[in-house]
Amino acid sequence: MEDFFELAGAKYRSRLIVGTGKYKDFAETKRAIEASGAEIVTVAVRRVNITDPNKENLLDYLDPKRYTILPNTAGCYNADDAVRTCRLAREAGVGKLVKLEVIGDDRTLFPDVPATLDAAKILVKEGFIVLPYITDDPITAQKLEDLGCAAVMPLAAPIGSGLGIRNPYNIRIILEHAKVPVIVDAGVGTASDAAEAMEMGCAGVLMNTAIAGAKNPILMAEAMRQGVEAGRKAYLAGRIPKKLYATASSPLEGLFA
Amino acid sequence: MRFLIFMRLKINGEERDVADGVSLTGLLESLQIRPGRVVVERNKEIVPRDSFGATLLADGDVLEIVHFVGGG
Repeated sequence: MEDFFELAGAKYRSRLIVGTGKYKDFAETKRAIEASGAEIVTVAVRRVNITDPNKENLLDYLDPKRYTILPNTAGCYNADDAVRTCRLAREAGVGKLVKLEVIGDDRTLFPDVPATLDAAKILVKEGFIVLPYITDDPITAQKLEDLGCAAVMPLAAPIGSGLGIRNPYNIRIILEHAKVPVIVDAGVGTASDAAEAMEMGCAGVLMNTAIAGAKNPILMAEAMRQGVEAGRKAYLAGRIPKKLYATASSPLEGLFA
Repeated sequence: MRFLIFMRLKINGEERDVADGVSLTGLLESLQIRPGRVVVERNKEIVPRDSFGATLLADGDVLEIVHFVGGG
């Protein structure tokens, strides 16, 4: 069965989007991403170390022809910085896709919603394909969709927390109303969390720490790939309704005395 | 008698003295930075990559030289 993840006119086989942070080195980053099967990878924009510039570059390990590079605005605490970061990222020549995150507080890393809306408005107008990281708030999701964002990305739980989907009911409400892909971004801890998001009908899952922070990141990347695939298939297959009492699987007729 | 004139730039938050009249391409070369992997902002304005050679830096310029790093 052909099932593509469509995002802003492009088609992807994988519904898992992975971050590239927190790995031991670029070689491990590359191996984990290969094991995850991801086709879209997030990156951050930072200063070059001018006193030691000869260090290897992430893009030496991640061929932009093979992967869709999704620059983020991590570390930005206001709309202006986020917009500036996106403009710099676009100049790098990897496309117009951006993961917009405007952080409101460094302890929770929850998004500053009004600032996210302000930045999204500017970025959409400038032709960016905007994927905003948001709290699991259906109203915010709707507003960002109305502004022209290509997807909405509610968090499952705080970034890096590994708590899994804290409020599945809100995600369900977002899913019911959204006409753009809903991607659960942040807070996933293990493969069943990823599967849960997909079973609910999310279009994709974005994660970094759950893979990079695992004892064996390569194996966890593979587990996440399978979790996302299993969850997606279960969603498409249509699960049975939950019932309080048993229903026998073996026929009741033909029982012998 | 010819004096070498230097200009002072602020590059990624650090003050650096470079030869007067150097282009952005020349500066990146002296810093051993591959131009194809970076984006440069000069006084808050992005410099298109194909203008690096034609961009002559001036005393007091503030440069941000950025690239992609691992992130989530």
